[in-house]
This record gives sequence, C-alpha cells and structure tokens, in this order.
Amino acid sequence: MTVDPFDIRLADILKGKKAAVAQALNLLEDKKPSSLEHRVKLVETLSLNARPERHVIGITGPPGVGKSTLISQLIPKYRDQNKSIGIITVDPSSKRSGGALLGDRTRIAYDPKDVDIFIRSMAAAGHLGGVAWRTRQCLTLFESVYDRIIIETVGVGQSETEIEDVVDTVVFVIQPGSGDVLQFMKAGIMEVPHILVMNKADLKSLAEKSKNELEAVASIGSADKEGWNLTLAMTSALEGWGVEEFVAAIETHGLHLKKRNISEKRRQNRIKWVYMIFRERFGSFGVDVLGGEKNILRILNPRDIINPFEEVQTLEQIFWKAILDSRLPSSSSSIF
Amino acid sequence: MNQIKDKTWLMRTYSGYASAKESNTLYRKNMAKGQTGLSIAFDLPTQTGYDSDHILAHGEVGKLGVPMRNYEDMEVLFDQIPIEKINTSMTINAPTAWILALYITAAKKQGAVISRLRGTVQNDILKEYLSRGTYIFPPKPSMRLTADVISYTINNIPKWNPINICSYHLQESGATPVQELAYTLANAMSVLDTVKEREDVRPEDFPKVVGRISFFLNAGIRFVEEICKIRVFTKMWDQLCKDHYGVEDPKLRQFRYGVQVNSLNLTQRQPENNVARIIYEFLSVVLSKNARARSIQLPAWNEAFGLPRKWDQQWSLRLQQIMAFETDLLEYDDIFEGSEVIARKEEELEEEAAAELKIIMEMGGAIEALENGYMKRKLVQSNAKRLREIETEKRIVVGVNKFVEGEPSPLTENMAQSFLTVDDAVEADQISSLERFRKSRNKDKVAFALDHLRQSVIGGENIMDAGIKCAEAGVTTGEWADTLRDVFGEYRAPTGISGVLSAKLDNEKIVRLRARIQQLNEALGRNLKLLIGKPGLDGHSNGAEQIAVKAKEVGMEVVYEGIRLTPEKIAESALQEGVHVVGLSILSGSHLSLLPEVIHCMKQRGLDDIPIVLGGIIPKQDIPKMDLNMIQRIYAPRDFDLNRIMNEIIDVVARANDIKLSET
Repeated sequence: MTVDPFDIRLADILKGKKAAVAQALNLLEDKKPSSLEHRVKLVETLSLNARPERHVIGITGPPGVGKSTLISQLIPKYRDQNKSIGIITVDPSSKRSGGALLGDRTRIAYDPKDVDIFIRSMAAAGHLGGVAWRTRQCLTLFESVYDRIIIETVGVGQSETEIEDVVDTVVFVIQPGSGDVLQFMKAGIMEVPHILVMNKADLKSLAEKSKNELEAVASIGSADKEGWNLTLAMTSALEGWGVEEFVAAIETHGLHLKKRNISEKRRQNRIKWVYMIFRERFGSFGVDVLGGEKNILRILNPRDIINPFEEVQTLEQIFWKAILDSRLPSSSSSIF
Repeated sequence: MNQIKDKTWLMRTYSGYASAKESNTLYRKNMAKGQTGLSIAFDLPTQTGYDSDHILAHGEVGKLGVPMRNYEDMEVLFDQIPIEKINTSMTINAPTAWILALYITAAKKQGAVISRLRGTVQNDILKEYLSRGTYIFPPKPSMRLTADVISYTINNIPKWNPINICSYHLQESGATPVQELAYTLANAMSVLDTVKEREDVRPEDFPKVVGRISFFLNAGIRFVEEICKIRVFTKMWDQLCKDHYGVEDPKLRQFRYGVQVNSLNLTQRQPENNVARIIYEFLSVVLSKNARARSIQLPAWNEAFGLPRKWDQQWSLRLQQIMAFETDLLEYDDIFEGSEVIARKEEELEEEAAAELKIIMEMGGAIEALENGYMKRKLVQSNAKRLREIETEKRIVVGVNKFVEGEPSPLTENMAQSFLTVDDAVEADQISSLERFRKSRNKDKVAFALDHLRQSVIGGENIMDAGIKCAEAGVTTGEWADTLRDVFGEYRAPTGISGVLSAKLDNEKIVRLRARIQQLNEALGRNLKLLIGKPGLDGHSNGAEQIAVKAKEVGMEVVYEGIRLTPEKIAESALQEGVHVVGLSILSGSHLSLLPEVIHCMKQRGLDDIPIVLGGIIPKQDIPKMDLNMIQRIYAPRDFDLNRIMNEIIDVVARANDIKLSET
C-alpha cells in the first residue's frame, strides 16, 4: 500500500482536519526512497504556509519531573484563549532493538472531541531523548496548522541544547531538591532555557531552598543574545497552581521575540536543520570534508531557507566537488 | 496435648453482582449455609466514583460487583440482614469515605447503634496506583481521605477496621515475597505517618490506630516460602510498631490479616487442577498458628473463566470447613516453632525486605516511591521475569507448560453454563432506577449537602460528616466523587513500563523476531507502531503492561495508553499516532459492549484497515458475536508464550498492508 501524497488535500491539512494531518505525518515519517519526492514537496509547501502567529515551545527536563502533567494544564489555558495546539512528545528508542515505549500520551489529559488539538508521539532513533530531524519535519507541518506547538523531550544532559535549535522558547522543568540546578551549572547549559519551571513546588521546604539556589544562579546570568533574562516559575502540576504564571511567562517571551527579530532566529534554526540532515547523511566525515560545522553554517548563513532538502543538495554538490578535487583513494568513498 | 483449641477463622466469600436486590438474596443464602461474615464486591463504576449512566460505566454496571449509587441501594443490600449484628468487609478504596457514609446511613435507618458496628473497609489507595487501578484522585489528597476515615472510625466506631493494607494485589502484579514485605510495610508507614500529624486524632489514641490496622495478603503456590513470608510479616510489623512508633501494648502490635489465596495462577486449561492449587495455597495461611489468618476467602476453581456461580462458591467454602472442622490442625500450637529450616528462610527474607524498605525510606517514603515510578517499575520487572520463567519452563505450571496432554474435563463440558453471566438488561434497569431515584429527591437538599461537602473538602475538615449528610440527602456516588474531582483533580499513575530492562541475553527467538520486524519496517516505510490500551474501567493492567514491554523488546514502537479509556479516546489516539495495529485488553467481561464501540469510533475516523488484537477473558461462545474483520487475534491470560503473540502481531500487520514476510 503506497501513500500517495496527492490524496491528502493541502487545504484539509491547513484546516487542521485530523485525518489529513495524521496522514501527512505518516508521509513525513516515511523512509522509503520512493516517497522522498513527495516528502520534499510537502515540506516545501508547508514551509510556505507557516502560520505567522505560531509559537513553538520546547519543554524538557529529567524523567518523572511532571512534564506531561504540566502540559495537561497548559492545554485548557490555551484552549480557553481559543488557541489551537499541536504537541509532539519525543521518547528515546532502544539501541539494541530499535523499539520504543511512547508512554507520555497517557498522562496528557485532553478532550478527544476537541478538533483543535493533536498529539503525536515519536521515537528519537539514535538521539537519546533529543530531537531527531524527522521531528523537525513534522514540526514544519504543525507550524502550518496550530497556534501553539509544544515539543516535549526527556532531558538527560546534552540533548537540552539540541532543542534550542528547533523551538522559539525553551522551558526546563526541574523539581526541588533534585540537584539538577547544580548539574545544569556544571554542564554549562544554564544559558539554554528561557524559562525555568520548578514543578512540584508543593514540596515546600525543599522548594524554598532550591528556589534560593536558582535565583542566585539566575541573577548571575546576564541577558541572552535576544536580550531576554531567564524567568523562574514555580508550579505544582499536582495541586494545579502556578500554571497561569507559567503560561504568562511563555507568552511574554513570545512577544519579546516578536519585537526582536523572531524570523531571523527561526531562519538560523532552519540552517541548523539543513546541517542536521547533511550530518545524518554524510556523517562526521562529510562534516569534516566541508570544513567542520562552523564552516557549513557559514556557507548556509546568507540563505533564506524555504526547502531544507534543496539546501542539502547545495551542500552535497560542494561535498562531491571537494572529494573529487582532493583525489582521495577510491576506497574511502565506500563509506557512503 | 492439653490446650485450648484455636478459634476458627472467619470464612467469607467475596461476592456481589448485578444489583443490590440480587446481591441481597445471594448474601442471605450464603449466610444460611454457615458463612460467618460478608465480603462485598462493588462494581467498577462504584469503585471509580461514577454513576451507572456515566459514559465510562457503560458495559461495567453490575458486572464485577454490586452497583452502589445511593443510600437506597445500601438499604436494599442489607434488607433483612441486621447491620448491627454482622461483620461486613467492603472492598472499596478511592470512595471509601462515601461508601462508609452510605453504610452508616443504612445502619441508622435500621435503628442500629453506630458505635457498635463491626467490619472492615479496604481503604488502601497506594496499591491501587501500583496494581489494581481503581484510584481517582492524586496520591496526597487520597491519603487525606484515608486518614479522614481512620480518624472518624477511631472516634466513632471503635471496633471498625478502617484500613486493610493489601499486599494481595502486589503479588498479582508480580511482586516477589521480598517486594510484598517491603512495599506493604512502607505503605503502612506512610498511612501511620499521615494519621500521626492529624489534629483530630489524640496522641493517646495513636496506639489504638496502630492496633486497628489490618492487612490483606495473598498466598501463592510456593507455600513453604509463603509461610515464612507471613511469619516475617508478623515479626517485622511488631518491631516497627514498637521501635518506630513506640507502641507498648503487644496486643496492638499484632499483625492481623485476612487472605484471599492467589487467583493469578489459576488456569483455564485442566481447570480441575485449580482446586489443588487453592488448597496448597490455603495451607500457607492456616498451618502456622502464630501467623494464622483472621479471615479467609478462597477463589473458585473456575475464576479464570468468569464470575463463579453459587455452587462454585459453596465448593470453596466447603474446602475451608473441612480444614477447620474435620482436621486436627486447630488442636496444636505453632508447628513450625523450633524449625531451623524455617528460621533460616525467614532470616533471609527479613534481611532482603529490610534492605528494600530502606531504599524506599531514603527516597522519602512510599508516596514518593510511587510518584517517581520506582515501585511500579520494580513490579513490572518482576512480572516480566516471572513470565519469562514460565515461557522457558524454569517455572512449571502443570497442564499449561508441562503435562499438557489430558482427558477432556467433564467440568467444562457445558462451558456456557459453568459460570455466571450478568444479563445486559441489568445495566438498563440500573440506569432507569437511578433516574427514578434522582427525580424523587429534594433538589435543594441535595445541592445544599453537596455545597457543604465542597466546603469541607476545601477547608480541610474531616469529610465524613459532610458525606453522611450527603448520603441522607440522596446524593449519588457520581455526584460525591465529582465534587472531590473538582477540588483535587484526577490522576494518572506511572505505568512503570519504561525503564524495564529486557533479558540479559537476547535468545534466538528474539533475534529472529527483530529481524522480521526490521523487514516489515522497511516494507512499511515507517517503524511498526502499536497502540495498547484498556477500554472501560477495569484496572488490571498486568497483561497490557507485559505485552508493551515485550513489544518494545522485540523492536516495536509502542504507544502505551494505560487504563480507563473511552472508546473514542482509543480511536482518536490510533488516528493521531498513525499506528499500524491496536491492542486492547479487557478482563472485566465487558468485551461485548466495549468492542463494538471502539470499532465504531475507529470506523468513523476511517481506520477500518487498522487491525485489532484482543486480550482478555473471552468465553468461546462470545467470539462469533464479534467483528472478526477488525479483531484478528484473541488471546487469553493462559497464552503465556509472548514470542508467539509478537509473531502473530507482525503477521497481522503484514497482511493488512499486503506485505509478504519470510516465515517465522
């Protein structure tokens, strides 16, 4: 059974008709070479139809910190404002078997009758808790359909920085007394989030202590390159408070970005996307041939990226030219 | 030997079904046969706080117990049964405060003196999150409700057992004896710690609270180890009460427990063998006098098929009576005292249980170890190990994985009649009687009572008084629970399936399965994606969890949806997730009403081509009544060979997508 993308009507996707959105996602996730052409075309069309008022929020944090419960509470707040929501949850897959347990959906409460909410779970093959570029592809779809898009990932160290290149607003969720703050400082990733949420703040005495630590850390940091200062939010997803302030913080950051140059930030994200696709196809060897990550980003920098797959072709051409010019022994090309 | 013969334990049969009226008839019959206590089963809507006409209640009304919606139902249930004189055990947890309020209201109407009531409510919420699945609210507010009931009964019904802490369900979820010991004691400690902080329990009454705590245990087939487990329970509990809680009176430190022996290992194949299993398991809770159960209920031989009939229940009752009245067991002191073999085993169990208990205490106690998923993960892991052992014949189950050949059983000749089925008309009857009841009430009184309830929930008062006023005013179970849901919110417990480690070595079968899935993935273009969910209110998720763990192990992407789903939610998830196959598990016997709804919702969304595989207790005669175009495989709890199930799921998906795969 082949999927013919022309069976899916673009108008239905853009209207958020669930069957069309689901089918388009199936196509975007398809790995068959025979569907590549359709996928590329769909991504391009979707990119041109991105909703100007969209806002992409990345929510990450260690397992068990209550991310899904927190998202459950964001949903009614946004739905009350009549904003549609697309959610992507990313779980790591097993290296050995390739299998994955996508278990977050069960803890996100939503009304199945609501036509303006869509949740898709994905396995991040090869990316431990991070965001695969396939996720990026599906995000392009959500960006043309929903007002608010949430990407939930399990943060287990380095992958927090990966989400930075995909979303507009990065949210870290932590819990009191977990020692996460210290870990973040050590790992040098306190610069990544725009909003730091301390969930389970109902654990009062611990929460106070951790809050003091956090505030100390937050006050050391200066504004990021977009002139934003880290916001701290205290929530109790279980007891259901603090969520309004959390939503307000997200929205404030969104407005802040819009006043600054959000389209430039998004363009930079798309450049990183092109880089990710290239790296997945040509490996670190390919990256080296093109003079490393920085150089690739520099090559791409002047470009306005509508279709990342076309841009990858540009990189490919440079790559092959470099290979031919360097007259490498023929055996080394066998790695492709 | 010249000593006083030990008292007989209380003999119960766990029962209740269809309606308050039918159940009342059953109880009166059982009491006439010599049963000395009542053990009431409530239907799933009651246990999860829904009225019979709620959308989630559909197909479950009166199936696994009696529907209990208001004081009238309670009055009918105890018609001609003197509440003041009998000892009633009620298996109720999340809405305990409410059901007890209804019981008190019915007792008052009979003219009973409330302080004289005797009985037990289960009221043990933690194991619901871990195993049984009938929780409603988040753990902390639930703990408060538990404590509300305890403090109310200590002050008003002194002979009542306000909590019955269960290790029973932990064993059904795969707990090892060590895990049973550690998690049950951790659970008890979190209850005691909550009560200790309450202002409405006087410090001098606290030892009495400790003395009122009782337990509900399970006994498995490895009965020597089980005897030791129970003896260690009595010992560790005594020490804990003395050293940790400073209870001086040894009587208040007694480990009082009731028992239902294991029904997890009862089989559908050669079901007559189950009688032997029941008796051997029963030995572990009566043989040792110092660790003898206070009350016992035995399952029926045919529980793996469905609800036992009256005759099946009578058979189980007779097994107990023969032990108590024909044998000489009760004439002796504890026959294990002085046995070195037993003492050694006890030492080993105690040491390991203490170590596990310490881990939980260091996490911050049972509530924390529940919320962070630790205990659930450990249980799912133990259960996966148990199933692997049956699969590889490391654990023998006679008639199932060994000595399988046998003569046809005359007991199952007429299977359709060999268990009780609940007529589908029951649900409609219950809904119309509820509607009648709602119309007959004084609306203002109901509204006033509910408002008062809400205020005391928010204000942190003991909600028993407001609950009794609600009961008297004619509030229904669903209304009571909704009021609390509104304040506390609802909860979904950790599923425990992520982070479960697979077997250390990949055996050949698994390697082959992975290769087939790889082949299938390439042909599909996407990775094989499976949705697993449980429609309806049945919370027994062990089977669904094990399938999920296995499917991941062999390389599928598994969307695990967990328990208590509406058919619409399942269909919606299947659509949004783009799954290739849907796995459903229904153990409550409600398959004939739930499946058509799931299928209808899937078809509405154009998912006609997504096959369904079903797990559950499905009687043969029900199979032709199902949509077998959609439902392509049906599995029973007896299908322990998970590799075969995985292979068949692969085949089902391949066929649905016109893909030819190499043979298994």
